[in-house]
Amino acid sequence: MLYLNIILAGLLTGAVYALMAFGLSVIYGVIRIVNFAHGEMMVIGMFAAFALYRWLHLDPIAAMPLVAAVLFLAGYALQRSLINRFVTQPEPIQFLLMIALAMVLTSTMLIVFGPNAHNVQLDYAFDSYEVGGLLFDKVRVFAAAGALVGAALLWGFFQFTRTGKAIRACADNNLGAQVVGLDVARLYGITFGLGVACVGAAGSLMLLLVDVQPYLATDYTLLAFIIVILGGLGRIGGALLGGLLVGVSEALSGFFIDPSMKSMFSYGLLILVLLLRPQGLLGRRA
Amino acid sequence: MATHKPQTLSRRRVLHAAAVGGIVLGSPAVLRLARAAEPLKIGVLLPRSGFFATAGQACQRGCDLAAQILNAQGYSVQLMNADFESSADIARTQAEKLIREGANILIGCFESGATNAMAQVCEQRGIPCIVNIGADPKITEQGYKFLFRNFPTSPMLVTNGLKAMGDLFAASGTTPKTAVLMHANDTFGQSMLGAITALGPKVGLPFTIVDTIAYDPKARDLSIEVTKAKAAHADLHMVVTRSTDAILMIREMVKQKYEPMGIVSPGSPGMYDGQFFKTLGKYSDYCITNIAWMNPKQELENMLAAEYAKAYPNEDYELNIGFSFEAILIAADAHKRAGATASSALVEALRATNIGKRVMIGGAIKFDEKGQNVDQAVAAVQNRDGKAVVILPTDVAVTKPVFPMPGWQQRT
Repeated sequence: MLYLNIILAGLLTGAVYALMAFGLSVIYGVIRIVNFAHGEMMVIGMFAAFALYRWLHLDPIAAMPLVAAVLFLAGYALQRSLINRFVTQPEPIQFLLMIALAMVLTSTMLIVFGPNAHNVQLDYAFDSYEVGGLLFDKVRVFAAAGALVGAALLWGFFQFTRTGKAIRACADNNLGAQVVGLDVARLYGITFGLGVACVGAAGSLMLLLVDVQPYLATDYTLLAFIIVILGGLGRIGGALLGGLLVGVSEALSGFFIDPSMKSMFSYGLLILVLLLRPQGLLGRRA
Repeated sequence: MATHKPQTLSRRRVLHAAAVGGIVLGSPAVLRLARAAEPLKIGVLLPRSGFFATAGQACQRGCDLAAQILNAQGYSVQLMNADFESSADIARTQAEKLIREGANILIGCFESGATNAMAQVCEQRGIPCIVNIGADPKITEQGYKFLFRNFPTSPMLVTNGLKAMGDLFAASGTTPKTAVLMHANDTFGQSMLGAITALGPKVGLPFTIVDTIAYDPKARDLSIEVTKAKAAHADLHMVVTRSTDAILMIREMVKQKYEPMGIVSPGSPGMYDGQFFKTLGKYSDYCITNIAWMNPKQELENMLAAEYAKAYPNEDYELNIGFSFEAILIAADAHKRAGATASSALVEALRATNIGKRVMIGGAIKFDEKGQNVDQAVAAVQNRDGKAVVILPTDVAVTKPVFPMPGWQQRT
């Protein structure tokens, strides 16, 4: 039972990681921009949920759609006004832009919220369900459910809606999409907005697990990169698989080897995948 | 518009200048007095942002209040504040910057890695430094000539902390037989682990440590670490935490229904921080930390506590405040006795420090040949109703210990 509990804890933590990584995957999959400000955007989502809790006493789970909607608009505006100008620029210039953006976002959060850690105090943040000896952490169950629903919604959007299909067309053949008259700039804006909305939703849920402070971002950006590279950049299912793999590998290595070395196993997995399947576990060969 | 007369070199001017020069050159005492009137520029190097921000800002409040209180008492100090963003590399460059900008003495750094960096810079530049908080024993084992530490080393903390555990078990009448040790794996955590391993048998611990679990203090999640600790089925949960990791750990213990007899730290931060109480609420209660603490029987401590409550009514009053206050006091006292801001005079005065009226529990502040204040004592502090209160030793205790602690679900 102990080992099952460890695997379960790893799966639930992995689902939270996956939820966080979706946005990165969506943005790269279509716009081909590597979002180095990903962690910062998640921390903004956490601060937004924190502000709604502090001022309106809104539970972060209830605040999640609102945070996602606000971040969607912010992401759309950011892409149309700034990032779109760099879409055709060489990758190093795009990297610099996103790193600069990350620094600006961190500094802004420092100015607005200060360096201290903030959190929400909710009774259920300490709850867990016990089913036949298996312990289910309530918050992680919510987060895992959020990850699965998020993955399903994104998949449905890209498969069944006209806008989703148009975005996929842009991702598959940008020139072709322009030739048939698709408004590529607008679709890119929507995609970036969607990616940032995903990150914002993840931030709302993460606030239940982690205290938020402006310097939290870098670790999460790195983790998201590991997850999406493992699963395959641009693949929603890949992000889910990558998150679960990282969660379970950290849990098992932490228990059986040494907890302080658990991050090493995530990086080990990453190196292994880069060597054996560079396109990621669910990625398509370029 | 004002006009300036061109200055000419007259016989009267030459005589006047020669007379003033003669008096000044012939009277070193006059010069000394003039220098003594100079305020002491103290470079305060703290982690005011980043991982240790909460503690760094608490230290800063202690320093700010110390400057205010001591200047009103006739000392003359001026603070130059710098933030090293919880990074030892930045601590090094900030220490150099403070010295370049005219600091006569540096104080810092809360974190042992950064304190080592500050000490190296001070040694190279010949500027004295006072460690407010930093427990790594190596800091005072490097042969530094300009370093003085008022904070106990980790072996001192652990020896006193482990002895205080024996007192706790005797006072409560309950002695655990086994313990699991969860510790942060940073500089401080490792030095504490080394000290516990080496000194545990010497102080005659009544329990056996059945498992030792190291973790990254910046970890996002401690669920596996807590699962592992729970699986050890130990009576006592011993911890060496740093900051928000203590919150993650307790939160997981509640979720996993892991209820040892007690949660005790032999001398580490985390469980008496304001953030700990605020986030965990009722679950923060009954954790025990054996640590150097403020002495409510000291007059200076009472004054500091009252002024602190006035200046920062919403902030916690804890040991970071007390030790940071004392660091400024030590510098101001040395400056007053030296009557100068020159490094050599300050170092000489610091070596002769003997401050009996202090804030923290322990004997008079004096430094040995390594620059360490060796007369340090420890109190057992237990969280009760959202506040850290002294439970041992009995002469300074404000209430009796509760051990074993009540279960998570038995708290209201």
